[in-house]
Amino acid sequence: MGFWEMFYKNKLALAGLGIVILLFVVSFLAPVLAPYDPGAIDLKNVLAPPSCEHWFGTDQLGRDVLSRMIWGARISLKVGFVATGLAILIGMILGAVAGYYGGWIDATIMRFVDVMLCFPTFFLILAVIAFLEPSIWNIMIVIGLTGWMGVTRLVRADFISLRERDFVRAARAIGANDARIIFMHILPNALASILVAATLGIAGAILTESALSFLGIGVQPPTPSWGNILTAGKDNIDIAWWLSLYPGLAILITVVGYNLLGEGIRDASDPRLKR
Amino acid sequence: MLKYLIKRVLFMVPLLLGITVICFFVMHLAPGSPTDLQTQMNPKASAEMKERLMSLYELDKPIHVQYWSWLTKLGRGNLGTSFSSDHRPVADKILERLPITIIINFLSLIIIIAVAVPIGVLSAVHQNSLFDKVTAVFVFIGFAVPTFWLALLMMIFFGIHLGWLPISGLRSLNYEYLSAWGQLVDLAKHLILPVFISAFGGLAGLSRYMRANMLEVIRQDYILTARAKGLSERQVIYKHALRNALLPAITILGLSIPGLIGGSVIFETIFAIPGMGQLFYMSVMARDYPTVMGILLIGAILTLVGNLIADLSYALADPRIRIS
Repeated sequence: MGFWEMFYKNKLALAGLGIVILLFVVSFLAPVLAPYDPGAIDLKNVLAPPSCEHWFGTDQLGRDVLSRMIWGARISLKVGFVATGLAILIGMILGAVAGYYGGWIDATIMRFVDVMLCFPTFFLILAVIAFLEPSIWNIMIVIGLTGWMGVTRLVRADFISLRERDFVRAARAIGANDARIIFMHILPNALASILVAATLGIAGAILTESALSFLGIGVQPPTPSWGNILTAGKDNIDIAWWLSLYPGLAILITVVGYNLLGEGIRDASDPRLKR
Repeated sequence: MLKYLIKRVLFMVPLLLGITVICFFVMHLAPGSPTDLQTQMNPKASAEMKERLMSLYELDKPIHVQYWSWLTKLGRGNLGTSFSSDHRPVADKILERLPITIIINFLSLIIIIAVAVPIGVLSAVHQNSLFDKVTAVFVFIGFAVPTFWLALLMMIFFGIHLGWLPISGLRSLNYEYLSAWGQLVDLAKHLILPVFISAFGGLAGLSRYMRANMLEVIRQDYILTARAKGLSERQVIYKHALRNALLPAITILGLSIPGLIGGSVIFETIFAIPGMGQLFYMSVMARDYPTVMGILLIGAILTLVGNLIADLSYALADPRIRIS
C-alpha cells in the first residue's frame, strides 16, 4: 500500500490536513474574510461581549476580535513556517554531516546538541528577543536557532543507517563526491522523517510565539496576533472572558491540526505499519 | 562511581562557561543600553550624566573586559549588584525568590509522576480499551494546549466565576492575622492553580512515554515467563513490568527540567508569584544585566544538576548499567 492510500485511510490525519488547509485559506483571504478592519478603533463599543455584529466581541479599544484573529492567523502561519524552516535547515545540514562522516565530527556536533538540549531555552529566547527589540523577524530567527536539535538527531540516525547501503556504495563507485551523495542520494531517503519533524516543529513554534506575544515581547501591537489578544484578555480577565477564550481556542485547534497531520505522515510513511 | 561523578561535575564547568559567554555577549551586543531606560524619560539627564552612569555600571569598557570582571567576581562568589533602583546584590535578590520557584516545580514534578505513571500503565495494560482511547485524546490535547491560556481559563472559572481560588500572589491580604493552620491553607489555596498549570505541560509527555514503555515491556519474554510460572496478573504487571518500564522514564524527567524552569517565567508572571521566573521577566524588561546573567546561570546549573541526578538515579536503579 502506498503512502497516499495509507494517509487517506487515516481519518484523524485527514482532519489535521483539513485544519491546516483551512488556516492557509483564512490567512490568504484575511482581507476578504475579516468582517471589520482589524485596526479600526471604536471607542463607543469597548469590550462588547459577543453579539450578532461582533461574533467574538470587541477588545479594550473596541476592535473586532474575530477580525483580529483572522489576521492573527497570518502571523502564526508565518512564524511557524519560517522558524521551522530555519530549524530544519540547520538540523538537516548538521545531522547529515554528523551521520555521514562520523568520528570526531560526529562527536563534536552531538556534544553541541547535548549542550543546547540541557539549556532552559525559553529563558534564552526571552532574553535575546527582549534585548534585540521584539519583532516578528527576531522571533522567527531565535525560535529557529533554538529548535534544530531534534532534527539533527533524527537526520543523523537516518544517515548512519543509510550510509553503508548498496545504493550509496554504488554512487561512490561511480565517483560521486560527498556533497552529491549526501544531498542527492541519502537525503531524499530521510525526507519522510524530516517532514514529520517539520510539521510537529511548526506546532511548537506557534506555541512559543504565542507565549512570547502573550508576555509582551512577541509580535507588538497594533499588529494582531493570537498571543497578544490573550494579553488583553488577561488585563480584562474579570470582565471580558471572550478575549481569553477564542484566541486560545484558535491556537489549540491549530496546534492539534499540525500534530495530527505530522503523526499521520509518520504512520503513513512507516514501513512497519504497512500490510 | 565517584570518579564518574567527579568527571561529570568537571565537565559541567566548561559547559557553564560556554553558556555564560554566549549569554553575556548576546546581551551586551544587542542595541540599546540599560542607561537609556533610566535617562530617556528624564529631560534633565545630560550626556555627561549618562556617561557617569555608564562608567558606574562599567558599561563603557570593552566587552571582553566586562566579561572578565564579571567572571572574576563570580569566582569570589559575587554575582554583582543589580542595575535596578534598589541596587541590591544579585545573589540576595535571587536567593530570596529561588525557594518559591523550586518548591512549585518540585510539587508539580511529584504531581506529574503521581498522575502520569498510573495513566500510562493502565492505558498500556488495557490497550485499545475505552480508558486508553479517552486518555489518548486528553494526551493529544494536552500537547497542544498553550498553558498560559489554560491558566487564564482556570483563573476565570475557579477564580472569578466560582470564586473558589485566589488568582494572584502567594498570600491573602489578611495573611498575618491568620492562625498557623489558616496560613497554611491560605498558601495552599494560592498554590493550587500555579502548581496545576506548571504540572499540566509535563503530564501529557510522561504518560504517553510510560504507555509506550509499558507496551514494549509486557511483550518481553520475562513477562511471559512470569505468567507461565503462574504469578497473578497483578504481580506480573506491578512487580515485573512496571519496574522495567519506569527506568527510562527517569531520563525523561531529567530532560523535562529545562521546560519546567522555562515555564516558571510564564506562570509566575500570570499568577504574580514572586519567584525567580517573575524576577527574570522584570529584569529582562529593565535590562538589568547582572540579574539576568545571574538567573541564566542558576537556571543552567539547576538544569545540569537535574540531568546529573537523573542519570545517577537511572544507574542506581538499573543494576545492568555500570557507569565508569
